[in-house]
Amino acid sequence: MEQRRKERIDRGIKVRADGLYALMSWRELGYLILPRMVLIVGMLILPFVMPSMYWQRVISIVCIYALLAVSFDFLAHFVGLVSLGGALFIGVGGYLSAIMNTSFGFPPLLAIPIATIAGAAICTLLLFPCLRLRGVYFAIVSLMYPLAMTRVIEALDILGGTDGIMGVDSFPNRWIEQYFVILMVLLFLFGARRLVNMDLGLVLRAVKDNDQAVRASGMSITFYKAVAVFISSAMGCLGGACLVHIYMWSGMSLFALDFSILPIAATVIGGAGTIVGPVLGCLILVPVSELLREFGTLRIVFYSVILVAFIVFRSEGIMVYGQRKYHQIERWVKV
Amino acid sequence: MSDQPILEAKDVTKTFGGILALNRVSFHVNEGEILGIIGPNGSGKTTLINCITAFIKMTSGKVFFRGKDISRKPAHKIADMGLTRTFQIMRPYYSLPAYKNLVIPLFSPRAKRTGGWRGGGKLGDRNTVGIDILEEIGFERDSFVPYKMASTLPTGYLKRLELARCLALKPEIILCDEVFSGLSMSEIASMVPLIERLQMDGIALVMIEHRLRELFRVARRIMVLNFGEKLIEGTPEEVMADEKVKEAYFGSEEVEEVMTYA
Repeated sequence: MEQRRKERIDRGIKVRADGLYALMSWRELGYLILPRMVLIVGMLILPFVMPSMYWQRVISIVCIYALLAVSFDFLAHFVGLVSLGGALFIGVGGYLSAIMNTSFGFPPLLAIPIATIAGAAICTLLLFPCLRLRGVYFAIVSLMYPLAMTRVIEALDILGGTDGIMGVDSFPNRWIEQYFVILMVLLFLFGARRLVNMDLGLVLRAVKDNDQAVRASGMSITFYKAVAVFISSAMGCLGGACLVHIYMWSGMSLFALDFSILPIAATVIGGAGTIVGPVLGCLILVPVSELLREFGTLRIVFYSVILVAFIVFRSEGIMVYGQRKYHQIERWVKV
Repeated sequence: MSDQPILEAKDVTKTFGGILALNRVSFHVNEGEILGIIGPNGSGKTTLINCITAFIKMTSGKVFFRGKDISRKPAHKIADMGLTRTFQIMRPYYSLPAYKNLVIPLFSPRAKRTGGWRGGGKLGDRNTVGIDILEEIGFERDSFVPYKMASTLPTGYLKRLELARCLALKPEIILCDEVFSGLSMSEIASMVPLIERLQMDGIALVMIEHRLRELFRVARRIMVLNFGEKLIEGTPEEVMADEKVKEAYFGSEEVEEVMTYA
């Protein structure tokens, strides 16, 4: 009986090896650039493809979730800290930017960077006590903060209490809003991808791989974890700051758990550990959840079914699957 | 300077619950010397290294490095001072190639400060420095070995990688936790000259070993531990002639080896 078997051949191995080989020919250069260009150009023309106000708003939200997802993937798969603190980052960044804008009169494009840096510093300080511990503690504490924050704001009636802070300035116009968030996603996406291959990134990955050996190399793991949390929470705070100026309102819903959970779902769908995967995951999940609005309360059921299907049938994620298809030629051969 | 020991431990004691793992162990290591620590399984050798390098907190006792009290310092500060260690169970970064494993110690404050490595800085080449160190320690430069993932390397290379990680820090003393264990005879034979060269470079070594024959080739002073207590300290000949040592080793695998020395 004739038997067939699937053969997988690596393609363009030179391109993926390292550095200079990629420049050997236009073909190889194109091979490298093409997928990146598809993403960059695709993101940049999105506002034109989707001209309605409603879908433009969705694109902005996608970008904010994408920032959170990149931040989650970076922290979880390159530093080994599973963060459920997306809501904390969004909340701290959002409230800070709203305060900067309403109380001190900073324009949005100045308030956002300040809120990003200051918010990241605050989040790092808040999470610092559990950085010394290994295990699930970081996840638990980062989940606890957003829950605690809403209660604190509610009970003490600070920061506008349950009404939130109103009258926050919006971006000068909606094109600036769109392109600001899109460029930020691209910047942090490629920035994070570069960071994890730099020497500092290697140290962070080493902390995940083997923290005792990092200590034996004369480096404080707590310090490097703090650096990573700062970078990661900066992305989240940036997202929160943008969100506040998009909604022109800052309230307790910034600490909603959606911001912690959806990025994780997006990471699962997109492909964990690829950094670009989570962005793709958000590009799929957020619009899908919008389209499912028509189903009313059944929405969450469909949403869960999609998630479960992905986990069961493509648990590696779209990006890992896609990379494999792109880098390998598959064909059937007779045995 | 010369008569001050580089490392001195005084009454190091460690209890795990009710178990006395180390009972008032004191020893010293002189400049450029190799001190061997032997003892049956479970006698507290690795615990001693862990205590000195602060990977576990000791219950009581003091450790001095070049006269400075380091008993309350955190592990990374101790490594930063030049007191480095290897792990008995190798701890490479499995997801990285061998030479990238050395980028991490080369990134440390101590490596930046001592800066004896060529190139480096903005030109980026922790990679080349890493490969240089690997070549020094016995990785074949022109082969694939330094570029292989640490997870695919055999034990012999991983043991060397442990040493290389210490060397990247320009250490003053290395505490080696069983660098010979799990190696074939030929691998050990190629490792011994390496140890001798480290000594010639002026690095002091503390070696925990079960391979007594090879250890006695390099170490002139031996300390024996048994049940967390120091039995005796002296030259290999003195140690092996001792009745208490024979008794401690009696019944263990190494007994024949000990007896041949006695």
